[in-house]
Amino acid sequence: MVLMDAPQSKSRDLDKLLLRSGNLVGPGFFPGTDLRDDIREYVRVLVVGAGGLGCELLKDLALSGFRNLDVIDMDRIEVTNLNRQFLFRLEDVGKPKAEVAAKRVMERVSGVEIKPHFSRIEDKELDFYNDFNIIALGLDSIEARRYINGVACGFLEYDEDDNPRSETIKPMVDGGTEGFKGHARVIVPGVTPCFECTIWLFPPQVKFPLCTLAETPRNAAHCIEYAHLIKWHEVHGGKSFDPDEPEHMKWVYDEAIKRAELFGIPGVTYSLTQGVVKNIIPAIASTNAIISAACALETLKIVSGCSKTLANYLTYNGGEGLHTKVTEFESDKECLVCGPGILIELDTSITLQKFIDMLEEHPKLLLSKASVKHGKDSLYMQAPPVLEEMHRPNLSKPLYDLMGRVEKDTVHVFGTALKNEEKQSSLTKLRVVFKEVDGVADMDTATLRVNSKRKTPL
Amino acid sequence: MSKTKYDRQLRIWGEVGQAALEEASICLLNCGPTGSEALKNLVLGGVGSITIVDGSKVELGDLGNNFMVDERSVGQSKAKSTCAFLQELNDSVKAKFVEESPDALIMTSPSFFSQFTLVIATQLVEDSMVKLDRICREANVKVVFVRSYGLAGLVRVSVKEHTIIDSKPDHFLDDLRLNNPWPELYSFVETIDLNVSDHVAHKHIPYVVILVKMADEWTKSHGGNLPSTREEKKEFKDFVQSKMISMDEDNYKEAIEAAFKVFAPRGISSEIQQICNDTCAEPSSNSSDFWVMVAALKEFVSNEGDGEAPLEGSIPDMTSSTEHYINLQKIYLAKAEADFLVMEKRVKNILKRIGRDPSSISKPTIKSFCKNARKLKVCRYRTVEDEFSNPSVTEIQKCLADEDYSGAMGFYVLLRAVDRFTANYNKFPGQFDGGMDEDISRLKTTALSLLADLGCNGSVLPDDLINEMCRFGASELHVVAAFVGGIASQEVIKLVTKQFVPMLGTYIFNGIDHKSQLLTL
Repeated sequence: MVLMDAPQSKSRDLDKLLLRSGNLVGPGFFPGTDLRDDIREYVRVLVVGAGGLGCELLKDLALSGFRNLDVIDMDRIEVTNLNRQFLFRLEDVGKPKAEVAAKRVMERVSGVEIKPHFSRIEDKELDFYNDFNIIALGLDSIEARRYINGVACGFLEYDEDDNPRSETIKPMVDGGTEGFKGHARVIVPGVTPCFECTIWLFPPQVKFPLCTLAETPRNAAHCIEYAHLIKWHEVHGGKSFDPDEPEHMKWVYDEAIKRAELFGIPGVTYSLTQGVVKNIIPAIASTNAIISAACALETLKIVSGCSKTLANYLTYNGGEGLHTKVTEFESDKECLVCGPGILIELDTSITLQKFIDMLEEHPKLLLSKASVKHGKDSLYMQAPPVLEEMHRPNLSKPLYDLMGRVEKDTVHVFGTALKNEEKQSSLTKLRVVFKEVDGVADMDTATLRVNSKRKTPL
Repeated sequence: MSKTKYDRQLRIWGEVGQAALEEASICLLNCGPTGSEALKNLVLGGVGSITIVDGSKVELGDLGNNFMVDERSVGQSKAKSTCAFLQELNDSVKAKFVEESPDALIMTSPSFFSQFTLVIATQLVEDSMVKLDRICREANVKVVFVRSYGLAGLVRVSVKEHTIIDSKPDHFLDDLRLNNPWPELYSFVETIDLNVSDHVAHKHIPYVVILVKMADEWTKSHGGNLPSTREEKKEFKDFVQSKMISMDEDNYKEAIEAAFKVFAPRGISSEIQQICNDTCAEPSSNSSDFWVMVAALKEFVSNEGDGEAPLEGSIPDMTSSTEHYINLQKIYLAKAEADFLVMEKRVKNILKRIGRDPSSISKPTIKSFCKNARKLKVCRYRTVEDEFSNPSVTEIQKCLADEDYSGAMGFYVLLRAVDRFTANYNKFPGQFDGGMDEDISRLKTTALSLLADLGCNGSVLPDDLINEMCRFGASELHVVAAFVGGIASQEVIKLVTKQFVPMLGTYIFNGIDHKSQLLTL
C-alpha cells in the first residue's frame, strides 16, 4: 500500500532489508547499496533439482535479489509434474526440466541469468560445486542429498585447533516435502550438523519380508511387490524392470491381479500398482511453495546477513491444524563427512597397500575396495581398469612419500562400506597424521621407535 | 489427460476432494505477491474459478517481488496481468478480474461477496478485515485473511462453523475392539486352536486372535475384569509371552507389542462425546447433514453400540496366514456393515422427524461418517472483531513472557499497531527513508497504548522487534509472501475439500528465527 509517491526502484521491498541497519541481524551485516549490488553481481547460487521445490526456489531466489543462478536436474518433464511445477506447460512434456525452468524464469524476471545443467549431479566435477557461494537443494532422495552433502563438506578444512576455516565453508539450504509435511534446514559445514550427522532423522524405508511376499500375502501391496520383485525375475530372467515403461508396469499390474485373485485379496488397482512400485510420494503445490520460500529466505539471510538465520531445522505439518517447529540440532564431532575427519595415525613407512587394507579393518570405516585421493591427486583408483593399472605402482610406496612428506593432511577415501548390513558406496574424509616426523633419516630406526610407542591399533 | 495431471494430489484427497475443489469459486482481494502466490497454488490444483479484485496499477517496484507481472505490464492493471498469468497455469480454471479497490468494494458492495465459496483477503488493514468478516459471516462465505509485512506475516481462518468427517489424522489407533470383542469375533476366534502342533501354523496365527483368546482367559480368571493395574498388565504380557514356542514367532511379538490395545478404555473418546453433547446435536429442520448424523451417532452409542461408535471395519496388516487374515477381515467388514445399516436406519428416521426427505443424505455419505465416527472434528472460529476487541489477555501476557512465543506475539501486536499508526499519521512506520527514529518512538507509544486498551498493562514488547517493524517499512518480500500465501492456500484446500483439519487459531509467521506460532486468542 503506497500512500505517497516514492522514488521508483525495482528492489523497492528488498531495499528495506538490505539498505537499512537493524538489531536482529546476522554477524558482519553491512547494509547499503554495495551489499545489494554485490549480491546481484557476484553471488552465485546453485539450485539442485528443478522439480516441485526447484521451480519455486528459482522464482524465489530471482525475486530475492540474486542474479546469477545455476540449476541442475537430470529429468525430463512429465504430465504428473504439472499440478505443482508451475514453470512447465503441457507442451513442455518430454523436455529437460532444468532448461525449461531456467528459460521461463529468465523470461519473467529481467536481469537474472540462469544456467541450466541437464545432467546428473554425480557427473559434475567437484570444482563445479566449489564455484558457488551457496547451494540450495530441492531433491527428492536421501542418496542425492548425501552426495551433495559429501561434496560440499569435502571442501571444508580445519585449522590446527580443529576449527573450521571459514573460507572453505560451503553452506547449503535443504528442503523436502511429502503431502502436507515438509522440512527446511540450514547446513553450515563445520558449524551446524551436516546431512550425515543427522541421518537418523530419516526413518528406514519400509520393506516387506520376503516370506510375506512369497508365502503369506495379505494385502494388495504384497501382491504388487510379489509381481514386481519376485515374479518379474522368474519370467524375464536378466531383463531389468523399468518403472517408466508402461508395458512393464502393465505386466506387473496383471500379475498382481492374478495373485490377488488367487488369495482372495481385494484392492489391487493400476494406481496403487504405480504408487507401490515407483514409491510415489503424493505432492502438492502449496507445501512445495512453503518449504522453498523458507529455504530461499535463509539463502538470502546467509549470504547477506540481513537477519538472523534459522537454527537450524524447521519441520512443517499442515495436515492436522498447523504445526511448525524449529529444532537446533548439534553436529556430530565424529561425523565422517563434516567432522575434522577420522584421525588415522600412521608410521611413515606404511605403504599405500597396507593403508587400503587397514581401512577395511577400521571399526568406524569397514571400507573395502577403497580408492584414495589426496587433494587433487588420485593415489589409487580401483576402477576403471586402465587407471587402476596406471596407479598400481603406488601401492608399494609409502603413503608418507605419496602425500608429499607432510606431517598431516586430509585424505579422501571412496569405496564400499557396510552400513546396516547394506553395502553402500561411501566417500569419507580422513585426517592422516604421521607419527614421529622429526627428520629421522634412518627408516629402519624410525620404524622401530614408532612401533615401540604405538598404542592405538591402526 | 487431466486426471493424470492431478495424480500426485489425487493420492492425497481423492476424486471426492478434487470434485469439491473444482466446484469452488474463490475471490482474491489484492493481488500483490501474497495474494497471487496463494492463488497460484490453488489454480495449479484445479480450483473451479477465481476472481481477482485489485484496483492498482503495476509499478516498477512490483517487478522486484511479483512473479505474475513483467516489464510489459508496468502501468497496466495488476489484476489483469495476474489473471492472465494464472490462466496460463491451468486452462480448466475460470479466471476473472475486477479492477476495483477491495476496500471500496467492502464499503459499497457487500453483496458482491455472496457469490463465492471462499474469499482470500490479503494485505487488508484491521478496519477492512473486521468489515469483510462481518459481511462474509452473514453470507456464509468462508474467509482466509493473509498478511505479509517485512519478515512478519499472519494467516487467519474465519468461518462460523466447519465440520469435518474425513479428518485424516496422521496417527490414529485402529478399531480392533480387543478390549470389547463382539459375538461373531469370539466365534471366529474359537475356531482357532492356539496350541496347534504344526510350527508354521503356530506362528501364523494373527495377534488379534491371540489377544482376544488370552484376554478372555484372563477375564474369566479375574472376576470378569481386564488387566488394569501395572502389575496386571505386566502379568498379562508375560502370559502372552509364555505361549511362544520359539524366538522367531513374529505374531507373538506383535501380540505383546499390541497388548496395550487390550487395556485401552472402552467406548468413545471425550472429544466425540463433546460433539455428541453439543447443542447442535439436537436435530431440527435446519440442522446440517453432519449434525443429523451426529444425532444418529448419539442414539447408536446409547443403544446398539453399547457405548461404542460404529466399527471402523479395516484392520492393520499383521503376521498371519493369508487364510486367517482374509477371514478376520471379513468378520470386521461384516460388523462394520451391520453397524452402518443400523446408523442408516436411524439417520432416515431422524430426517423424517425433522421433516426432511429420508433419502436426502446419501449412502456413501453415511458410510463415510460411520467409518470416521471416531475421528470427527468441529471447528468454530471467533469473529475477527471479537478477537480484536477481546483477545485473551492471559494468552498475550504468557506469550510475551515466553522466549519461544514472544517474537510471534510481538509481531501480532505490532501488526495491529502499525494499522493504528497509519490511521494517525497517514503512512506506515518506516515506510519512507528518513524520520526513522521518530517513527520508532511513535510506533512504540502506539503499541503500548494498544496493549493497555486490551487490558495488558505491564506487558512489554522487545525494543528490537519494534525497531525491526519500522525497518520493514510495510515491505512485501516475495519469499515471505510465498510462505504465508502457501499456508493460506493449504487452509483453503482443507476448507473446500472438507478433509484434514484447518488451523485453529491465528498463525503468526516470524521470519527472523522461524519461531512462528499459532496463537489462541
